[in-house]
Amino acid sequence: MTSIEAHVQQPYKYGFVTDIESEVVPAGLNEDVIRLISAKKGEPEWMLEWRLKAYRNWLKLSEPHWPNVKYGPIDYQAISYYAAPKQRPKLDSLDQVDPKLVQTFEKLGIPIEEQKRLTGVAVDAVFDSVSVATTFQAELAKYGVIFCPISQAIREHADLVQKYLGTVVPYNDNFFAALNSGVFTDGSFVYVPKGVRCPLELSTYFRINASATGQFERTLIIADEGSYVSYLEGCSAPTRDENQLHAAVVELVAFDNAQIKYSTIQNWYPGDEEGRGGIYNFVTKRGKCAGRNSKISWTQVETGSAITWKYPGCILQGDNSIGEFYSVAVTSHKQQADTGTKMIHLGKNTRSTIVSKGISAGRGQNTYRGLVKIMKGAEGARNYSQCDSMLIGDKCGAHTFPYIDVRNSTAIMEHEASTSKIGEDQIFYLRQRGLSSEDAVSMIVNGFCKEVFKELPMEFAVEATRLLGISLEGSVG
Amino acid sequence: MPGKVKRETGNALLEVKGLRVAVAGNEILKGVDLAIRAGEVHAIMGPNGSGKSTLAQVLAGHPAYTVVAGSATYDGKDLLALKPEERARAGVFLAFQYPVEIRGITNSYFLRSALNALRKERGEPELDPIDFLQVLEERVKAIGSDDAMMNRPVNEGFSGGEKKRNEILQLAVLEPRMAILDETDSGLDIDALKTVAHAVNQLRSPDRAFLIVTHYQRLLNYIKPDVVHVLADGRIVKTGGPELALELEAKGYDWLRDGVMVS
Repeated sequence: MTSIEAHVQQPYKYGFVTDIESEVVPAGLNEDVIRLISAKKGEPEWMLEWRLKAYRNWLKLSEPHWPNVKYGPIDYQAISYYAAPKQRPKLDSLDQVDPKLVQTFEKLGIPIEEQKRLTGVAVDAVFDSVSVATTFQAELAKYGVIFCPISQAIREHADLVQKYLGTVVPYNDNFFAALNSGVFTDGSFVYVPKGVRCPLELSTYFRINASATGQFERTLIIADEGSYVSYLEGCSAPTRDENQLHAAVVELVAFDNAQIKYSTIQNWYPGDEEGRGGIYNFVTKRGKCAGRNSKISWTQVETGSAITWKYPGCILQGDNSIGEFYSVAVTSHKQQADTGTKMIHLGKNTRSTIVSKGISAGRGQNTYRGLVKIMKGAEGARNYSQCDSMLIGDKCGAHTFPYIDVRNSTAIMEHEASTSKIGEDQIFYLRQRGLSSEDAVSMIVNGFCKEVFKELPMEFAVEATRLLGISLEGSVG
Repeated sequence: MPGKVKRETGNALLEVKGLRVAVAGNEILKGVDLAIRAGEVHAIMGPNGSGKSTLAQVLAGHPAYTVVAGSATYDGKDLLALKPEERARAGVFLAFQYPVEIRGITNSYFLRSALNALRKERGEPELDPIDFLQVLEERVKAIGSDDAMMNRPVNEGFSGGEKKRNEILQLAVLEPRMAILDETDSGLDIDALKTVAHAVNQLRSPDRAFLIVTHYQRLLNYIKPDVVHVLADGRIVKTGGPELALELEAKGYDWLRDGVMVS
């Protein structure tokens, strides 16, 4: 066996289960379940109607099978669509959060007691189907920034939610987005008013705990003219033999001169080395650069999930708007990822940058799938795409499907791609200087991902580097 | 064997005995004996394909090489039983003939990580970037070099000469006891060769031994070896003083190879 084969056998470190009494709605999906979810959230009538419309549409859609991933049929009637820890605390008082939940998030490195705050980060903690705590709401309110669970926003900021929900990802966008629109439970809502630079990093941590449930998060972020916000999401789930579905929808809207920086560190349970268990992460994320000179950046570090199906994209509507996508996707064990981005250029002089780094180890399969579309009116549009793949061992795979659709002859497109293999010689060189083989691989991988990591907020770049070390540990013997 | 010089091998820092090494099933080294004491500089010369680089690589622990027979003792330890990183931490350094590129990692980060791995082994505290910079500057000055390469990614986009200079700079910072230079002179112009030789001379010390693998004699014009060995067809066929290198330069290698055939 060469020294590069065999890493990846490191146990998942976030696979514990919190023993907490939960209220779980019986498995199955029908209009009554949707009415029940809506009632539990105390939603107004228009919200219920929207959900039902989405659900009825979903019934007519079929699951997409074009991604380069393989899995058995999903029984949507075997999933429970709502699970919440009992005695839900009042949202305005963090003291009332069940200590077990506080401990759970602490164990995950997410302090929800404000005195233990991460420097400059406000956190919304979502446990199964509900948000259990959102820190610094009051402090943010001083700046006019709204940061709260979306269920709260639906009740308290109905005008904003009603105005923007579904405007970037319509309820009938695709199979999983339609399902989400019918049954979504919690997620975050952010509104940054005109001219405000959000003083804190905003962050949501999603934790799946209950078994046989799905998590359907919904996040909506609106950056009004001239504002700026940086938002980060993290996630994890217990180690289980069954597969669990996570079908999220994230919508971003940026007006004139506004900027949204959206970062993801995805660490859902990936399944074991034989591919048993793990999360199905089927997610629709899209941002609309509605205004002139607006900018939306997606940065993602994806190390978890059994299967990932995700294409965070940007609709570049405003003239001179900018879309960016920086991604590191790691597949080890028998993980499969089909991920990339869509950049749709509508406005003049719109620009997009795509930097994708795929790392395959073990028997992982990693696919980059991206679409760059330049519409007729997009004079002077530019795109730069770079897709690099790295292979560790000889049983994994890397695939690249870049789609380019240009309808305006002034467009400038650049595409670069590379595939490399971590070589014995690289590892030997570093070991000859005194580094262990694990440290050597970690250094090579970190160097490979550097262009993406430098886009992450500082605290999270450290976290991402560490996470990558964990998920590749054992790839090298 | 004709012309073999008997040498005192007591207290050797590195002692190689009957070393036979194969790569992909082909035996390259067919029984090598070598003893190097601290403070000495040995040169290994020989024609292409004689096994010079194999010797350098196997002493450093490259996994592609299989030791078929023989032993190598370093500082009283069984060198061949140690992993490459353990050899490095024990003070064995290989300046590579073809240094590899590590994308996205700066030279200074890489070298600090390496130095800290060595310091950790010795029970010394790790250096933070600021302390490291001081050590670096001091070592750079000691070999009459500069640290212009430090903030560039490891060997990425380096010229051949820069790569070799970078190896010597690493040697200067990591301060090994046994430094092996694998064809460090190949691909260098005369000025770069002098720079590298000057650096090596500055690093000579009573505690440190050098094993310099080279195809050409010209490096030895600037680094005067104590002992010169000629490796041909996987065996050391001749050992002598610095004058042996000059003789090889004048006569080439064929007369030795013939000698082997005859004997």
